[in-house]
Amino acid sequence: MLRFLLQRLIVAAAVALTVSVITFVLSHVAIDPAVAVAPDSATDADIAAIRAQYGFDRPLPVQYLGYLGDIVTLDLGTSYLTGEPVAGMIAERVPTTALLAVFSILFALALAIPLGVLAASFPNTMIDRLCLLLAVAGQAIPNFWAGLILILIFGVNLQWLPISGSSSLAHFVLPTIALGTFAMPALMRLTRAGMLDVLASDFVRTHRAMGLAPAAILFRWGLSNALLPVISLTAVQFGFMLGGSIIIESVFAIHGVGYLAWQSFSRADMPVIQAIVLLVSLAYIVLTLAADLINAWMDPRIRSAA
Amino acid sequence: MSALTLLDVDNLCVTLPTASGPLSAVRGVSLSLRRGETLGIVGESGCGKSMTALSLLNLLPSGAKATMSRYAFDGETVTGRGKRGIRNLRGNRIGMIFQEPMTALNPVFPIGSQLTAVYRRHKGGSEAAARERAVMLLERVGISNAAARLAQFPHQLSGGLRQRVMIAMALMCEPSLIIADEPTTALDVTIQMQILKLLADIKTAFGTGLILITHDLGVVSHVADKIAVMYAGEVVETGRTAEILAAPRHPYTVGLLGSLPDPSRTAPGAPLATIPGTVPSLIDPPDACAFADRCARVLPRCTAAAPALRQDGPGRSIRCVNPEPAAWVA
Repeated sequence: MLRFLLQRLIVAAAVALTVSVITFVLSHVAIDPAVAVAPDSATDADIAAIRAQYGFDRPLPVQYLGYLGDIVTLDLGTSYLTGEPVAGMIAERVPTTALLAVFSILFALALAIPLGVLAASFPNTMIDRLCLLLAVAGQAIPNFWAGLILILIFGVNLQWLPISGSSSLAHFVLPTIALGTFAMPALMRLTRAGMLDVLASDFVRTHRAMGLAPAAILFRWGLSNALLPVISLTAVQFGFMLGGSIIIESVFAIHGVGYLAWQSFSRADMPVIQAIVLLVSLAYIVLTLAADLINAWMDPRIRSAA
Repeated sequence: MSALTLLDVDNLCVTLPTASGPLSAVRGVSLSLRRGETLGIVGESGCGKSMTALSLLNLLPSGAKATMSRYAFDGETVTGRGKRGIRNLRGNRIGMIFQEPMTALNPVFPIGSQLTAVYRRHKGGSEAAARERAVMLLERVGISNAAARLAQFPHQLSGGLRQRVMIAMALMCEPSLIIADEPTTALDVTIQMQILKLLADIKTAFGTGLILITHDLGVVSHVADKIAVMYAGEVVETGRTAEILAAPRHPYTVGLLGSLPDPSRTAPGAPLATIPGTVPSLIDPPDACAFADRCARVLPRCTAAAPALRQDGPGRSIRCVNPEPAAWVA
């Protein structure tokens, strides 16, 4: 188990390093950072001065090493636009986005797993088709449209829930539904496919032959086998949500990481963009690792293979 | 039906849905078993022997339908799903052992929890009491260091050990009947004999009835008190094991016994005996003897109407109008 953990950690570190190189190179090649920093009225001489002041005239590898050193000390640089430290700007917004992500993924799982099990228990019946219809609808309806419709029904017409901001838990209800509905279908299909395999397996026939309770066969003995791929997909979707949903955060005026990313992209605020990309990829890496560990914990075969 | 009768099934029919119409996998099979008795159901793949076993516990694959005109277990008629239904029999009064020990156990749970779940479901009680019984039974089926084994997962055990675990699981609730569906087929030859001996030993020690399903006449000859030979979804011959092995009457039984390779009688390199031809399609089966096409003793009336199973001496029946003469039986 320790070797398994160590292997995964080494891979994770290698991926993190690769991502940092790619974001660094892309953000320094795609755009001249000195021009981005300089005000519109700046002359060539001003830009040259900025280049020297920020060290943009040094060779790229040297700049990268400096950048890496800063990251290790948690210094993510300062925003070109506001002059604030980037670490602070992101830290301020992470709790909001993380809260929305946690609610959304829980909402998605709470729908996806029971529906997936239900669909697999009655394959090719009306129940199954209804579940699949829900999945197709969830995937096909664009995020922003679902958000707007929710606002229209529950915010404007019924006036049950607030429609913008993030000052209370009630503010999170509609964005959670909008974001969760989008994540649910893939999880549901995977649960259904896994359960179909499991329910046709020899060991489920054994459990039935031994007279175990049908509900226990489904949710305890069966689901434990079908959930392994679902956990991996959940980690990926949760990582995607932690990066902040630009669309949902814009529609519901939630000042989270996604909203910050959109603001920074539109104004070429490179230190912020770099930091967000790095943060998202780190989140992915940590979550994938967590999913691997959960899988190993749940599946003894993985544990002993590693 | 005497008080000693454990299982009494009459006119069991199973149909399976196929692309070309319903297939009659089992066609009017009747079985009866006394307490502590062992019945071997023998036949080749597809003869309906596994379907017969699975329908006794309502474990048929989805879409398959079973009907019977009588199903009595331990003197009670089995109906519906409630207290007197099949679900109450499963694991509790009938234990089942399957062919594939490699896949028949749940891969992500330790064997201990799989064993105790069966006991607690039917008998209740504490986890500790169920573990105690599991350890006792694992030792009984010849697994050493049983207490430590409870924490092990199926993939950590060999095929033979897993089949022993299956047997222990089937015994958890002291059933009065065990159905073993090809319990040795997937095992190494050296292990097969051990498992068979274990089954024979268990049924004697616990007084358990046993239905042993196999394609291997050698297997039943060691364990079974009586044999039912199945062909194309029907019982074609049934009787005491010794009598049938010594003097088979149905031409199919004769062929089946003849195809057993016997190293003491067959010269090396000599071709193995086979039964020519193939089993007829059971989608819309003909109103004739199902074995007629392959039979050396076929008469015109064999193809005119399906022969009925008829009494042929005490405790013996055959489904044949022109059986092997019994004259030379001692």
